[in-house]
Amino acid sequence: MFRHTFLSAAVGLAGMFLTSGAQAQTDEFIIVQSTTSTQNSGLFEEILPKFTEKTGIEVRVVAVGTGQAIKNAENGDGDVLFVHAKPAEEAFVEAGQGVERFDVMYNDFIIVGPSSDPAGVAGSADVVEALEKIAESKSPFASRGDDSGTHKAEMRLWGEAGKEVASASGQWYRETGSGMGATLNTAVGMGAYVLTDRATWISFGNKGEHEVAVEGDPKLFNQYGVILVNPEKHPNVKAEAGQAFIDWVLSEEGQDAIAAYKVDGQQLFFPNATTADGA
Amino acid sequence: MPSLAFLPPFASTPLARTEVLTSHQSLLPLTAEGLTFRTGDRVLVDIETLSIGSSGATMILGPNGAGKSLLIQLLHGLIVPTTGRISFGGRPIDTAARKRQAMVFQRPVMLRRSVASNLGFALKAQGVGRAERAERTARLLVEGGFEKVADQPARTLSGGEQQRLAMLRALSTEPELVFLDEPTSSLDPQSTLAIEEMVARAVKRGVKVVMVTHDIGQARRLGHEMIFMHHGRLTEQTPAANFFDQPESAPARDFLAGQILT
Amino acid sequence: MQDFAQALLSALALVITGDGELWAIVLLSLKVSITAVVFAACVGMPLGAALAVSRFRGRRVVTVILNALMGLPPVVVGLFVYLALSASGPLGVLHLLYTPTAMIIAQFILVLPIVATLTRQTVEDLDAEYRLQLRSFGLSRFSSVPTLLWDARISLMTALLAGFGRAIAEVGAVIIVGGNINHVTRVMTTTIALETSKGNLALALALGVVLILIAILVNAAVSALGTASTRGATTGLAHA
Repeated sequence: MFRHTFLSAAVGLAGMFLTSGAQAQTDEFIIVQSTTSTQNSGLFEEILPKFTEKTGIEVRVVAVGTGQAIKNAENGDGDVLFVHAKPAEEAFVEAGQGVERFDVMYNDFIIVGPSSDPAGVAGSADVVEALEKIAESKSPFASRGDDSGTHKAEMRLWGEAGKEVASASGQWYRETGSGMGATLNTAVGMGAYVLTDRATWISFGNKGEHEVAVEGDPKLFNQYGVILVNPEKHPNVKAEAGQAFIDWVLSEEGQDAIAAYKVDGQQLFFPNATTADGA
Repeated sequence: MPSLAFLPPFASTPLARTEVLTSHQSLLPLTAEGLTFRTGDRVLVDIETLSIGSSGATMILGPNGAGKSLLIQLLHGLIVPTTGRISFGGRPIDTAARKRQAMVFQRPVMLRRSVASNLGFALKAQGVGRAERAERTARLLVEGGFEKVADQPARTLSGGEQQRLAMLRALSTEPELVFLDEPTSSLDPQSTLAIEEMVARAVKRGVKVVMVTHDIGQARRLGHEMIFMHHGRLTEQTPAANFFDQPESAPARDFLAGQILT
Repeated sequence: MQDFAQALLSALALVITGDGELWAIVLLSLKVSITAVVFAACVGMPLGAALAVSRFRGRRVVTVILNALMGLPPVVVGLFVYLALSASGPLGVLHLLYTPTAMIIAQFILVLPIVATLTRQTVEDLDAEYRLQLRSFGLSRFSSVPTLLWDARISLMTALLAGFGRAIAEVGAVIIVGGNINHVTRVMTTTIALETSKGNLALALALGVVLILIAILVNAAVSALGTASTRGATTGLAHA
């Protein structure tokens, strides 16, 4: 009878889905808690298959803000942490949550803004001065406001500029509380300046009338680090596979893969692992 | 699951099959004592004693709001009396007892199923087995002239046909006692006639009928015994002939005289 | 705006070229949401129906709470499930975080109140019509539940579709508990969120169009099933 067919079909469907879901999880894999900048730039999609091909270990990337990535790792929900906020990373290791931190690569932050350049900062290589000008002209500025690595860097720079932006929040200073991409979309939409990592900007598809305004200041250096989540603290951590990934990404092969990744002919990340083979 | 022809597959609770009553033993008369039904301060039914005999058609007459429908719902066990005792063959009105009775409502309640399934459902509720159910349903469809529409949704039938189907369904379980709650009040004359014929045939077959009506003509045509109700009380219970010739109670007299009772 | 035209074109291109990656994502979306809805139906329908026919103290309170839970913010549910399934949470040992199963659990929680509430409403209405007749047939309040559910099945389909709509469209919960991991837990909505954050607005919109097409297809399929199953029953032609 029809209803039997229908119900058994529904139940069968559910069962099939469940089992197929379970099957996909039997292969060896690790979870990397990482940031939106590495994901949105397409870097992982480029380099991870190479690692998987070599080792058979699948890498599952959870891309969130650095703050959330660290928090998730502290809960033991990941095997490797791959982020860009050195002080927070060092604190993470200090607290015994991570085994050891390694430099992997860097890129740089830039300030992008509307081509009309209301604050007159275009072409500047002095980020602190540029921020002062933006604050003084009350030109709109979009901030991540999400405790991410980029946000932490931005706050550090505002501090150096001696500007207290919290009081301007909601006026010219606008905190999106979102990821890099969403914040870029917002900035483009409202004609605001915004601090972003270069990799995300280069691969970003909705640039509108925005251009790079400030770049080249050593203060805009953006270092990425990689840490194995401490298996003594979190017994479920796949230490061996996680370490294999870290070893690979720091190896010459991994570092070359990072250097080889280009968008529109531009290199997005610059490997600088100190423990790399031959380094 | 071969037994679940009329219930969905998730019908996990089997319908009660425990028939503690033997089907040949008569449970009539149906009696009530000190029966009241109140909502808040209002006493809607207040009957000291009542006995429904074992044969013929008992018509319950009275103006609107007299409590006629409530009374048969109480007697059928659909609602719980505030006080009083109802006895059906010495037993209270429980599920098993209710299965020896049936009821047809003023507006037929058609299940959202086919005509045949509506008949089958009542039988299944009685615990009639699948094979017997199919056989009896087929017979009933012929008896009621519903063969051609057997697979049609019952709710696509006309009002008169739906009420005929409801009658057929009520009688399908061969109950000893059938309550009819103004089944013809919203029907055209032809359908009314068809229903009355079904009632008369059932009575002839030995089914006890208790029928609420406010149609004096209908009461006269079908009734062997009259119960008159006014303000929740039973003003009289007499054989039909006596009632129409010499009503004992004043309200019944006024009602028969065509006056509006308040 | 050119984005719209571009989005429609790329949506069309995506569907026509049958991009394998896209279909994998679509399939996972359907798999997660349909499973969540099936489980929500198994729990929510009997629950809603039981609530509809039962009479107890506090029933109204339960009803109000259940109604309110229909508006549960997906992010909150996501957080709740994350905290439960996290390695340091009470269910961490199950290792379900960042798996499709975690997403199913989150969507189940989102969908359950919808299915239960709409079932309660539907069954309550039908019970008002059926109650006395079913009692007369000798069915008790609770033994009438299967009959009520079965006879209300057409309306209940709508309840399930409402639940499915909620599940397939939400992003807040699945992105937290699934992690939007490529080829593992990436579904339509998280892909749309990701592409939006990459600034690929046209592609994101195109995926949105595909999502809507899928929703239409699912609704059409259920509607066709419903029509097929009405043979012998009907939606509710009023009697004369």
